[in-house]
Amino acid sequence: MVTRSIKKKGIVSLFLMVLTVMVLGCSSEKSGNKGAASDGSTAKIGVVSYLTGAGAAYGESIRQGLELASDEVNAKGKVKLELIFEDSKGEKNEAINAVNKLIHKDNVLSLIGPTLSGEMFAVGPIVNQEGVPIMGTSLTVEGITEIGDYVFRNSLPDSAAIPQSVKKAKEKFNLKKVAIMYSDNNDLAVSGFKIFEKTLKEIGVEVIAVETFADKNTDFSAQLTKIATLNPDAIMVAGLYQEAALILKKAREIGITVPVVGNNGFNSPQLIKSAGNAADGAIVASPWFPGKDDAKVKSFIAAYKAKYKKEPDQFAAQAYDALQIMAIAIEKTGSVTDRQKLRDTLATVKDYSGVTGKFAFDEKRNPSMDVTVLVVKDGQFTELK
Amino acid sequence: MFLQQLINGITLGSTYALIALGYTLIFGVLNIVNMAHGEIFMFGAFIGLILATKFNMSIFSALLGAMVAGAVLGYLMERLALRPLRRRKVSELAPLISTIGVSIFLESLALRLFGPQAQSFPSIYAAQLFEVGGLKISAVQIIILAISFGLMVALRFWLAKTRLGKSIRATAENIETANLLGVDTQKVIVLTVMLASALGGGAGVLVGLAFNAIEPTMGITMGFKGLAVLILGGLGNITGAMVGGLLLGIAEIFSVAYGVSSYRDAVAFGFIILLLFLRPQGIFGSKEQQGGR
Repeated sequence: MVTRSIKKKGIVSLFLMVLTVMVLGCSSEKSGNKGAASDGSTAKIGVVSYLTGAGAAYGESIRQGLELASDEVNAKGKVKLELIFEDSKGEKNEAINAVNKLIHKDNVLSLIGPTLSGEMFAVGPIVNQEGVPIMGTSLTVEGITEIGDYVFRNSLPDSAAIPQSVKKAKEKFNLKKVAIMYSDNNDLAVSGFKIFEKTLKEIGVEVIAVETFADKNTDFSAQLTKIATLNPDAIMVAGLYQEAALILKKAREIGITVPVVGNNGFNSPQLIKSAGNAADGAIVASPWFPGKDDAKVKSFIAAYKAKYKKEPDQFAAQAYDALQIMAIAIEKTGSVTDRQKLRDTLATVKDYSGVTGKFAFDEKRNPSMDVTVLVVKDGQFTELK
Repeated sequence: MFLQQLINGITLGSTYALIALGYTLIFGVLNIVNMAHGEIFMFGAFIGLILATKFNMSIFSALLGAMVAGAVLGYLMERLALRPLRRRKVSELAPLISTIGVSIFLESLALRLFGPQAQSFPSIYAAQLFEVGGLKISAVQIIILAISFGLMVALRFWLAKTRLGKSIRATAENIETANLLGVDTQKVIVLTVMLASALGGGAGVLVGLAFNAIEPTMGITMGFKGLAVLILGGLGNITGAMVGGLLLGIAEIFSVAYGVSSYRDAVAFGFIILLLFLRPQGIFGSKEQQGGR
């Protein structure tokens, strides 16, 4: 009896403690909110990004690109931006939680992200219904902006990028028959596979094998051994950099030396870092080319290197441009709370010239911009001519 | 192509077997499925990687270091997560849940310590390739295969012939009786958990070398494959873990090679279900063991 009553008391006091903590936590959060809201000149922008997990290199680059842009915009002083980051871990439900928190608790003006197309398909309809403008900086799948009028992206869709790299590769290496590998549990890769297949059919290249894998797989020996016996002129791979790097390594290890044409997932220095020498011969189309002779590109690279001690990749560049575009639109509206006005102004952005080249939103809120086809040579992305 | 794919299957399977050996040791003695084994494996891989790259150790001393680190983690797990529960005679599920807790803790810790990026060993270790009559096999694959077979034989011999092995088997049979007969069961249990975890840590380095992607969530998939092998081979049976691992690896590779790669896991696990219908106790499991404690 005695012990039981002690236990009960213990539970009750624990309960009280939890309650107090919760109440205290709530009140402090509320006061924090007020502080930000009372300062009426700052535009709060929520960012949902893939910050931890297998694809974290993408999210990390995006975060750094955004921070750099935000610093520059705030230094200019025309508009004040405050970025609020949430980690989606690359998962749809986490991304939904993140946008709900950003919209309802932080009361943001607009959103940037998420990192993966699959995540956008999950959060897009919710955000659109709330009437919050959202801009993807790394989404390349078809059908993103069809989610609704509030959904924008400044990243080039795969349907514009992949055909260019395939055509260039065919021209250069005289491709007759190729094999395709793609990750069948990743929206980006499945959509990439369909575009590869369609483009190859159009330009008359035969597909002799289609093999699949899954995100986070580490063993590709069976698929590649099978492909090696068929002797293709090239391999097309749709996936993220982690698997792509392992595929490149294994392929070179078992003696496949043909070019490997990739989707947007190849667009990361991480690919070269993890695959090492094996990355040579990897081909990808990108609107971002660090070797471009352009003052804006050069100053962006210099500023990025000074701040983060590494080279910016496509994801950082696109995120940087996205926030600059957002800032221009906010400046035009002259309001840090009017979401409707921001959407309407964003849709009219036409003559922005950023680090990923000349930029305009088309009538479907997709970007129209030029691409460069790149090939990895001696551990560097260089232009494929 | 058939022979090359068979080699691919055996090498993949030997990594599964290596992981399953750790599961099976702990299950055999403690009757616990150690859900943290995959994460100890992952930690071993990271420790090995750090020793090899940051401290420029040779790959064998890195392997040894990872095994020591695994053993230390195993000791801590036994002291903090398993022993307190054993003393209180709680439900059989409690230690299982407690090891799940350890696994989540270790994974989060790894995310903090090592970052989320996949890392890999410098390619000098994995690049050596042998070609025998058109078949390619890498040095690491041979080492993995040799180590897992070597361990299997050594463990079997050690459990059957040595005094300590006998006390482990006595403890596995019945803790109370073993205690009465003068076996220090506490010591035996700690030793077994440490040994299994050291194996896990070593497996981490070898698998990291073979596949070259070391990241904090790598323990989950490998852990599940190891668990499947544990069931397939027969709970607590060392030969079973070995054969089961090889079978799963070969089944996976062949379903890609001669079927459709999308159904890789479905075929492999469908095959396990089928085998379990025919032999519910696993390939090498004995019926009596099932009753357990």
